[in-house]
Amino acid sequence: MKTLLTALVSAGLLSASLAVAAEPVKIGMVTTLSTKAGYLGEEIRDGFKLAVDQEKGTLGGIPVELIVEDDEAKPEKGKQLAERLVKKDGVRIMTGIVFSNVAMAVVPKVVREDVIYLSANAAPSQLAGKGCHPNYFSVSYQNDNPDEVVGQYVTEVGHKNVYLLAPNYPAGKDHLAGFKRYYKGEIAAEVYTKLDQADYAAEIAAIRAAKPEAVFFFLPGGMGINFLKQYAQAGLIGSIPLYGPAFSFDERILKAVGPAALGVKNRSHWTHDLDNPANRQFVEAYRKAYGRTPTLYASQGYDTARLLGSALKAVNGDLDRMADLKAALKKADFESTRGGFAFGNNQHPIHDMYIREVIQTPEGDYTNKTVKKVFSNHVDAFAGECQM
Amino acid sequence: MLLVIEQLLNGLQLGITLFLMSAGLTLVFGIMQVINLAHGSFYMIGAYVGATVAARSGSFLLGIAAALSAAAVAGMVVEVIVLRRLYRREHLDQVLATFGLILFFNELTRIIWGRQPLMMDVPAWLGGSIELLPGLPYPIYRLAVIAVGIAVAVGLWLLFSRTRVGMQIRAGAANREMIAALGVNIRLLYTLVFGLGTLLAGLAGVMAGPILAVESGMGESILILTFVVIVIGGIGSVRGAVVGALLVGLVDTLGRAFLPAMFRLFLEGAAADSIAASVASMAIYILMAGILVWRPRGLYPAHWS
Repeated sequence: MKTLLTALVSAGLLSASLAVAAEPVKIGMVTTLSTKAGYLGEEIRDGFKLAVDQEKGTLGGIPVELIVEDDEAKPEKGKQLAERLVKKDGVRIMTGIVFSNVAMAVVPKVVREDVIYLSANAAPSQLAGKGCHPNYFSVSYQNDNPDEVVGQYVTEVGHKNVYLLAPNYPAGKDHLAGFKRYYKGEIAAEVYTKLDQADYAAEIAAIRAAKPEAVFFFLPGGMGINFLKQYAQAGLIGSIPLYGPAFSFDERILKAVGPAALGVKNRSHWTHDLDNPANRQFVEAYRKAYGRTPTLYASQGYDTARLLGSALKAVNGDLDRMADLKAALKKADFESTRGGFAFGNNQHPIHDMYIREVIQTPEGDYTNKTVKKVFSNHVDAFAGECQM
Repeated sequence: MLLVIEQLLNGLQLGITLFLMSAGLTLVFGIMQVINLAHGSFYMIGAYVGATVAARSGSFLLGIAAALSAAAVAGMVVEVIVLRRLYRREHLDQVLATFGLILFFNELTRIIWGRQPLMMDVPAWLGGSIELLPGLPYPIYRLAVIAVGIAVAVGLWLLFSRTRVGMQIRAGAANREMIAALGVNIRLLYTLVFGLGTLLAGLAGVMAGPILAVESGMGESILILTFVVIVIGGIGSVRGAVVGALLVGLVDTLGRAFLPAMFRLFLEGAAADSIAASVASMAIYILMAGILVWRPRGLYPAHWS
């Protein structure tokens, strides 16, 4: 890195970086701000920024500079941006990626270049098991977690025959695999639909005919909105209970789905009603700063910033002490909005998992209410494969 | 058996939505020789304006009226400002310009309405479902969509075969110079046809609002199916659009509904499900390829081309 910097400086491209040491710590955030999914990146960014703003431009007392870039949900674009952040801006701490396919294009490469990557959302299994890396920390979760919780809960509730639905692409299959890992009953059918399918009438009619005891679906974004509305219109919501991971039930999607999602059980490792001081403070400050209730993604962005703050403080902002910084990160010595938080051997969170239910507030908005803790200190399924 | 009937209705309903989209597109293509990739944007405009007005006023019908006017006005403005300059240019120029319009409209909706998808609910008087046959409940709203689509098809047929404007439109398509020489204002006629096409797209959009997520970029997924419909039906033919839309709607729905069961007859569970999913998503393209081999210009090639 140093030789590279010297080369750049001598080429006269980066005269400003001579003063790197005196400058604030740069944090490169590559996230998705445009396209339909742009609100996800917006939430992560706003959560992270809230933590920085609360400390008046510092994290753990160390001045920071947040550089936010939009990857447009495209792996190749994410790769370009990461390259520019690392090579040109000299960023050594990165975060922010929303989608797993973008993460797979960026993370393995940057961690090899001695950059620390803190995931605020995407956490594909490849990076949790054999592909784990000392420079990679997932502050969010591991991709399979959400589905495992639902699988466990559905088994506990006593459903014996569940119908599965997901889009026909790798993440869809991963999520159903996560569900099946903890679900013990029979599978009525495992249906894969076209990615970005709009109309689910055919699938819904097939569900009605198959008469399963419950339906588990993973349909992120607009697909989930479409499915939920049509499922409710077909009159099935009361008769065949529906379960899904939190992605289709964040407060911003609920606004678009409305009453169709009422009563649906979903899982999360965080909800705005979790009762701990850090979370109460966060939810209130977020509402005040942005005028809306934070989603799961915002809490992950906030936690990422707070974790980073605790580690920066431990090394007094000196990024040349990389080993100390990593050790401090691994301690996870911060007040998480989730309450308890610790890193496992693969540097993925060990945390509690909840089932929550969609309810209507007295003001007429739709939101989630925590119903039950399903797992305590849950470790992801890939931790054992990680040699670190 | 009941399941087959229900799936046929679902296919019919998808077909009707596709018909509303493709009728406008095929008219514009057949009569003006313009490839309009931005047709899906008017579908989106219809859905957005409809959802907003319906939410503000509390009246679904008012929402539909606003959606129709907004889509038609937006279409005519686009025709006058952009497309009019492209009639004599190559198709590639038209594709580029109208693709640009897609980006423009998607970004515009994000600027006006934000990234948050909008909520549009089925009006109370169309909510719920009725038992068509014992054991076969069907959402009333979807039945209403089917009814509206059939009414529009009949209306279009009357417009083209029984009215003076319809005759002029057909004549304009056959020979632009001749009809201009006969004293018909062909420019105005083209603007009206384009507005009619986008009005139908807006109608499809606002009717899809309660069923689908009203979000930026919603027009693109249906646009691809719409192009398949007009290629199957024959470019420029409204009759072809009707038949093509119903074929695509039925093949797509029935494929998704029954292929998994068929594959399960001779393959074990997971493999059957994943192969069936792949084949079902290809079904309409296989249909298109088959029809093009049999009739290279589509089922009902417009007589003038």
